[in-house]
Amino acid sequence: MPRSNFLTENIPQETAGPWLWLGTVLAMLGVFCLCVMIVVAALPAFFSHSHSPFEWVWQPNQGHFGILPMCVGTLLLSFSSLALGFPWALAIAVWHLTEEASAFAHAKTAVGALIRFLTTIPTVVLSFAAVFLLTPFLRLHIGGTGFCLLGASLMVSLLILPTMILVLESGLKGKLEALCPYGLALGFSRYDLLRYCVLPQSVRTLTQAAVLGFGRALGDTLLPLMLAGNAPHVPTRVNESMRTLSAHMALVTANEVGGSAYNSLFAAGLFLLGTSVVVTLILRRLARTDTSPERP
Amino acid sequence: MHAMFPPTLRVWLLRLAPLLLLLIVLGLLFFLVQKGHSALSLNLLFGDTPPLMAVLGQAAVWNGLWPACAGTLYLVLLTLLLALFPGLCCGIYLAEYANRRSALGIGLAMDILAGTPSIVMGLFGFTLIVFLRRTFCPSANTSLLLSAACLALLVLPNIVSNTREALAAIPRELRITALALGLGKNAMIRHILLPQAVHGIAAGVVLALARAAEDTAVIMLTGAVANSGLPAGLLDRFEALPFSIYYTAAEYQNADELASGFGAALILLALSALLVFLAHLLERRFLQRSRGYHATGHLC
Repeated sequence: MPRSNFLTENIPQETAGPWLWLGTVLAMLGVFCLCVMIVVAALPAFFSHSHSPFEWVWQPNQGHFGILPMCVGTLLLSFSSLALGFPWALAIAVWHLTEEASAFAHAKTAVGALIRFLTTIPTVVLSFAAVFLLTPFLRLHIGGTGFCLLGASLMVSLLILPTMILVLESGLKGKLEALCPYGLALGFSRYDLLRYCVLPQSVRTLTQAAVLGFGRALGDTLLPLMLAGNAPHVPTRVNESMRTLSAHMALVTANEVGGSAYNSLFAAGLFLLGTSVVVTLILRRLARTDTSPERP
Repeated sequence: MHAMFPPTLRVWLLRLAPLLLLLIVLGLLFFLVQKGHSALSLNLLFGDTPPLMAVLGQAAVWNGLWPACAGTLYLVLLTLLLALFPGLCCGIYLAEYANRRSALGIGLAMDILAGTPSIVMGLFGFTLIVFLRRTFCPSANTSLLLSAACLALLVLPNIVSNTREALAAIPRELRITALALGLGKNAMIRHILLPQAVHGIAAGVVLALARAAEDTAVIMLTGAVANSGLPAGLLDRFEALPFSIYYTAAEYQNADELASGFGAALILLALSALLVFLAHLLERRFLQRSRGYHATGHLC
């Protein structure tokens, strides 16, 4: 992107070489193929009247291929892990930005390192550990099999935590530091400044973090697949088993049932792709308007 | 000004949040290490086969993780091979050549790709195979090449955005100097900007490798299987570490298999942490170099 008039106007404008063009076109072609392929594959699902995927029962043996319970499951899991994870992330970010006691300096560094380490843990390893640690614990304390909505949403909230914390911190830190010299001189603590001056002005940063977390929770496959039990119905209590769209897709392709089941698979893919595109568009919108001056 | 909680309670509530995170993550890690460390041995990798023969591919390994490790290695290298060229080109184009409109378009496409769940990337590969089977090539099957292609698509936005940011972070004085010395734009990019940004770009590539190594959803749909031995070719199915971890959790028969699952989880965790650490070092080197330029006024 051109960054200044001097650099763009005063030099001979050479165009990109053929290899650069080829590479860029290849990349764009990949994105284009992905979107077209997913949409075209899902089209038959909308026009078939016999085995429509838009019903509430999933019983392939009896000709019912409904994915609506999984759609509800995906949204339920995403929102519940957001409800668990967002306050947690906000609390950690606030603690990290405001803790004044020097005794906690090491703890601050350690938590920072831990958050960065958390982003490196592969989700499959996280789920593997949770299957043998969290699931027996839940089975013992809330009943059921332990493979349930609560377990999955706990682990998904852990997964989206570092993303949200990093967004929150980078969004809040600049504003807080800008206020500090004056605010501290007036006798406010860093927490007061953050709570009463910065946070009310930072709705956009908070929304950004929440939407990003929601997007990541929506698309994750391994945690719900391994922890949620995969029963194809809408859970009514937190200790009931449930199935998300992503887990559903993994299960259907693994069993290679074929035929009408594939229709439901492609419809599920389109739903996931559509939702994540909407999330991306919202995020871009938030990021674009974020550059406008928003000073406390 | 009213407070929701009295100050002391509020402070301790805030302290509780990171403490809880610390406890949970350390608990999970401790659990993994405690269960997995006893399984970590050459036996875990190679089973009863002599290690040297297994590494050279002269003997098959039946009850070890070696085929899964080798499969992941092949997969990651192949992904790199496929993603590197379009990723770098797209990043360079976006940073240096694109006008406002095309930058907006390409940026949007990359953002959408970055936000797409990995399972949808896997579904793309799966759909491709279903399509090929019905039309040109009835014998088409999920394979190593297909998985690598889908993973390449998955990591493409990482490489692109990292390349773009590394180029954009280069000090402006350097560009002005290069232009003042009479270099054309293409020559400036090739001989000045790319060498200067190489560590930042490499950091993005290594991060992309880490992402490709850990992703499970894509390979589940595009050709990873539990027992295939070493991958025989590009068009064959393969074993991979993340898939074998998932498979162990779902289908383990006895304590030995479970222990090998914990071992595999530890190996993958170590691999992933190592790659991310390497990326961090490269990134730091890149920043130091840019700052060094600023501080001393000449190339370091």
